[in-house]
Amino acid sequence: MKKRILLLALLTLPQLNAWAETPEKKGLAIAIEADKRDTGWQDQQSELKMILRNRQGQETQRDIRNRQLEVIDDGDKALSIFDSPRDVKGTAFLSYTHSKAPDDQWLFLPALKRVKRISSNNKSGPFMGSEFAYEDITSQEVDKYTYKWLNDEAYEGSDAFVMERYPAYKHSGYTKQVAWIDKKMYQPLKIVFYDRKGDKLKTLTYYDYKQYLDTFWRADRMEMINHITNKSTTLLWSDYKFRNGFSERDFDQNTLKRAR
Amino acid sequence: MLKFPAPGNAAHGKYKLTRKGLAKWAAPNLITALAVSLLLPATTSASGAGTNGEWSGNIAIEARSFAHAPLFDDQHSQYLSASVQPEYFRDWDNGRQSFLFTPFVRIDQYDDEKTHADIRELSWIKASDTWELRAGIRKVYWGVTESQHLVDIINQTDTVENVDGEDKLGQPMINLALIQDWGTLDLFVLPGFRERTFPGKEGRLRTQLPVDTGKAIYEAGNDEQHTDLAVRWSHIIGDWDIGLSHFYGTSRDPRFTINKDGTALIPVYDIINQSGLSLQTVINEWLWKLEMISRNGQDDRYAALTGGFEYTLVGLFESQTDLGIISEYLYDDRDEAAATAFQNDIMIGTRITFNDVQSTEILAGLIVDLDNEGRLFNVEASRRLGSTWKLNLEIRTFSNISSNDPLYSLRDDDHLQIELVKYF
Repeated sequence: MKKRILLLALLTLPQLNAWAETPEKKGLAIAIEADKRDTGWQDQQSELKMILRNRQGQETQRDIRNRQLEVIDDGDKALSIFDSPRDVKGTAFLSYTHSKAPDDQWLFLPALKRVKRISSNNKSGPFMGSEFAYEDITSQEVDKYTYKWLNDEAYEGSDAFVMERYPAYKHSGYTKQVAWIDKKMYQPLKIVFYDRKGDKLKTLTYYDYKQYLDTFWRADRMEMINHITNKSTTLLWSDYKFRNGFSERDFDQNTLKRAR
Repeated sequence: MLKFPAPGNAAHGKYKLTRKGLAKWAAPNLITALAVSLLLPATTSASGAGTNGEWSGNIAIEARSFAHAPLFDDQHSQYLSASVQPEYFRDWDNGRQSFLFTPFVRIDQYDDEKTHADIRELSWIKASDTWELRAGIRKVYWGVTESQHLVDIINQTDTVENVDGEDKLGQPMINLALIQDWGTLDLFVLPGFRERTFPGKEGRLRTQLPVDTGKAIYEAGNDEQHTDLAVRWSHIIGDWDIGLSHFYGTSRDPRFTINKDGTALIPVYDIINQSGLSLQTVINEWLWKLEMISRNGQDDRYAALTGGFEYTLVGLFESQTDLGIISEYLYDDRDEAAATAFQNDIMIGTRITFNDVQSTEILAGLIVDLDNEGRLFNVEASRRLGSTWKLNLEIRTFSNISSNDPLYSLRDDDHLQIELVKYF
């Protein structure tokens, strides 16, 4: 009897393996597909309004203009220019993200006309005092995480993959993220972030996706809620423009110094 | 962080020296600039895509309070001053061309020299794929270190604004940048020299004998009309930021001689050649920084360097606060003869960034002279109030300053400065 079971197991095991990929492989496959579908936009620019809310619901606003250059086989290049608050008006943030190596980051301080390099260990730090960390807003490359598919489920009327991803880069503030990925768009609908202790820290929800160039999906609104502090940040994206003809030159130190 | 006149270093008459009377450079230019800017909205509204002309800027009120009684006659213990710095910006040609105008005016309660006006910027930039042409009055910053800025030489220091050497006077220039795969080559023609500002008789943070800026002596035959030249190659190679520069022209740092009746210091501006190197790299959490210069023409050829690191602990004790630790070594091979207080000094500092909505920050640093144990302590803190106000606080103290240190005349000038800025 025992022998028979063993035989049966030996016969079925390889078949099962070939038929059903592991949750890790499936998770990675979803990430690769999402990345593939969001490839080819070349460059984009957009305007961002950040609304920061404290525990009492008091609001503070930030205005940022963004330009991004798609870099094939590495992370994207991004230039952000701050319009408000007024005391940081003209401050510009340049980043070269990399899929494996640490990102390169520089800040231009207009009062001193000085470019300062920033070490990239600030991943977990808050961006502009908001509930978004630097690692939440920089370019999301496939290699930056490892993945594990959990299950498929309906989320707010959409079919979604539910998967976990684990930061593979240094200095992350998270142990894992659970993401609901829309099956049609291959874009996130919701991400729940777990802190270094493994506790639920923040939830990011995406709203009002629009499709650009019949291909690329961008959410108009993102809501990040911090479950520990009860503070929240809303990102309102507008004026998306694709394929502006940007080149590396539009993301170099000379451009950083005259970015306004 | 500190720049100041070195009284011990008198002119040695090696060169043909010429005297120049009151040549207030800023005033006539300010009028021209205002005239230009008034015409501007009308002349540029017809051009292509870009932001419409836009005014912004700030108004500030500043209070300085000194801990000790003044050392010299005419000085005071409390000072109030106010400044205004509007800014007009416009770009067109899809951002490839831009115009910037930034006048600045400060009025001080007592110090006639601190009451001053300047054009920080009045410039036009045209950018192309492989070059940028930048012309007009501009400010250019070179360098990477925090404690002092050796390599930075294009602009004159506006010392009356702050002794940290980070406030600069606008410099007329034509700057062509050649932008290639091998880096950026910046070529500068700098017509006209800006004289350094110094506190007046009633000002604190000055030499025992006040500096008579109106009587400055120049090595250049055409005085402050001398055209200076500079070139800089800068490049990013992986994790490295590299800058190599050379400057030929009138030194931004003067030497000093005493006037005939022994009542004032006269600045002496020599023609110098200065080569500079700045290097910066990031290795994990560490930023490593180095600035080196070699200068000829003022004393004998000498070299100086600043080098150190900045290490940042992100999210201190699971909070949102970042703690940076900065340390730099400051060296000048002229030793004690140097017209600098930083010939063999070490700086240890910390930068605390709270990452809060109000962007609260504290930078504190101590510079210790390893030869005479003089100590210079420095705190800069800032916090946004509401969305358009900012509060800045500065504390500077001087302790254990020996009588042969160029900082000796500042030994009783420990002070607290509070500045409230309104941005518009």
